[in-house]
Amino acid sequence: MEVYNGEFIRELEATAKKVRRDAIQMIYEAGSGHPGGSLSAADILTALYFHIMKHDPKRPDWPDRDRFVLSKGHAAPALYAVLAESGYFPVDELHTLRKMGSRLQGHPCMQKTPGVEMSTGSLGHGFPAGNGMALAAKLDRKLYRIYVICGDGEMDVGETWEAAMLASHYKLDNITVYVDRNKLQLDGPTEKIMSLEPLVDKWKSFGWHVIEINGHNMKEIIHATNEAKGVKGKPTVIICHTIKGKGVSYMEGAVHFHGKAPNKQEYEQAMKELGGGG
Amino acid sequence: MNWKMESQRKQYGRALVELGKEHKNLVVLDADLSSSTRTADFAAAFPERFFNVGIAEQNMMDTAAGLAASGKIVFASTFAVFGTGRCYDQIRQSIAYPKMNVKIVVSHAGITVGGDGASHQIIEDIALMRVLPNMRVVVPVDSPETYRVVKTMATTTGPCYVRIGRADVPTVTDENTKFEMDQAPVMREGKDVTLIGCGIMVSKCLEAAEELSKHGVDARVVNLHTIKPIDKKTIVRAARETGGVVTAEEHSVTMGMGSAVAMVLVENFHVPMKRVGIPDVFGESGACDELMDKYGLTVDNIVEAAHDVLKRKK
Repeated sequence: MEVYNGEFIRELEATAKKVRRDAIQMIYEAGSGHPGGSLSAADILTALYFHIMKHDPKRPDWPDRDRFVLSKGHAAPALYAVLAESGYFPVDELHTLRKMGSRLQGHPCMQKTPGVEMSTGSLGHGFPAGNGMALAAKLDRKLYRIYVICGDGEMDVGETWEAAMLASHYKLDNITVYVDRNKLQLDGPTEKIMSLEPLVDKWKSFGWHVIEINGHNMKEIIHATNEAKGVKGKPTVIICHTIKGKGVSYMEGAVHFHGKAPNKQEYEQAMKELGGGG
Repeated sequence: MNWKMESQRKQYGRALVELGKEHKNLVVLDADLSSSTRTADFAAAFPERFFNVGIAEQNMMDTAAGLAASGKIVFASTFAVFGTGRCYDQIRQSIAYPKMNVKIVVSHAGITVGGDGASHQIIEDIALMRVLPNMRVVVPVDSPETYRVVKTMATTTGPCYVRIGRADVPTVTDENTKFEMDQAPVMREGKDVTLIGCGIMVSKCLEAAEELSKHGVDARVVNLHTIKPIDKKTIVRAARETGGVVTAEEHSVTMGMGSAVAMVLVENFHVPMKRVGIPDVFGESGACDELMDKYGLTVDNIVEAAHDVLKRKK
């Protein structure tokens, strides 16, 4: 097991906090967006872009880069935040989210935003597109890897399981799927709307290597990803137990913050809690 | 007329194998219908570049998008009914919107599917595909043109929908005919009325023109193989020079090729017009000829429509 010193992990955590602040700021300024799922995925995204992935913000088209697909496209603010903080475009541009003429669309658009690998937003499409990238990598005998974040609500989508079958059928050990298991979807708790459990068994029965972690723990995210890299002949899914709205007290576990912007007072409190100026 | 009847699917298979040799980055996907669509020919020649996704058309389109995003020229095939309506959102979100280099080539389109009945006879696929921004829509007229279209599409970047049939179709072009997407070829000159067809109906238009000539009517025939982008120039010129237009398609008259032509005429040059096609109803099981007869896709239907247009001409 790789050992990380405390300083390194603390840096990643500080970056994740910045990413959360960016996301809340963007959604507040846009007046709409999806804070809950952006915050639950923020740590996974930060680990990917600031440690795990082989990528170069100055060369978004570098052929050997690792690919990331945000299958839960509504978490776009968190994706834009890690892209900007990594240097794909100026951090200042984050203020333009959802505004007329912006490169930062409400949901990711690969035609407009540097660093976005796949246009997503309609749920269930990003993961199978990631499989296509993984097939291409195998064909080209390239070693780059494909990383996908799915929402747990996306497990309702039939195509998710078509894609799960395809990845194990074609032995795509170069794709890693993170399920942001925040246990809430727009209408309420996942287990009430459309029960997913036993989710681990479902993935196992589809031929996947399954790892369960705390999706807010940097060490666990990194270790699980390293484990996935070592698995040969089958794809790996990492079920990340997360809290929707993580990091902002009144948003945590609050289903109504799935797709609602904070008001001024809420925004100021959120920024204070996330260690920003407000 | 005594047409030579040939398979479009066979030419699709042939073209794919040639393309596989020419383009190392070309891949093909199918959804458990490869022996029918003839992508099996490619699979046999290039097994490592062929992906059967099983009966999962939605998954096929998104996977195709991911392959295209990685620099592949992707052909995705199944029956028209499953390759459009069943995976419309996948085509919209992951192929048309991001302008992916995916060629959706579908067979078994229209009512000539025959015995399988309405569940398999898609009569609204042209409508579904032509409203999508960035999507090209091509209906090859016959077997040789299918070959040319497929070859052309491989080197035309961006999304494309190519519609071919199950049954053998009359051959109206030859190996020397050119295919240019932005040009609808005039198959027969004429000055009294224009018959615009696509796919299998072009041969019927040619037969109708022959029939009309017996009544002293000189009909022009146009092969509108590309519904989108539509060749406005040829359509408007035909309207101006002949003063009346009949369209004929093996598709619902609601929002198909005829509707596309009507929109061009309404905005550019008004002439009497009539659309021949399947009325706004589902099909049923039967033999091809019987179905063409019942659903209004005969030479007589075109001749009758031409007379109606001629009557309304000043």
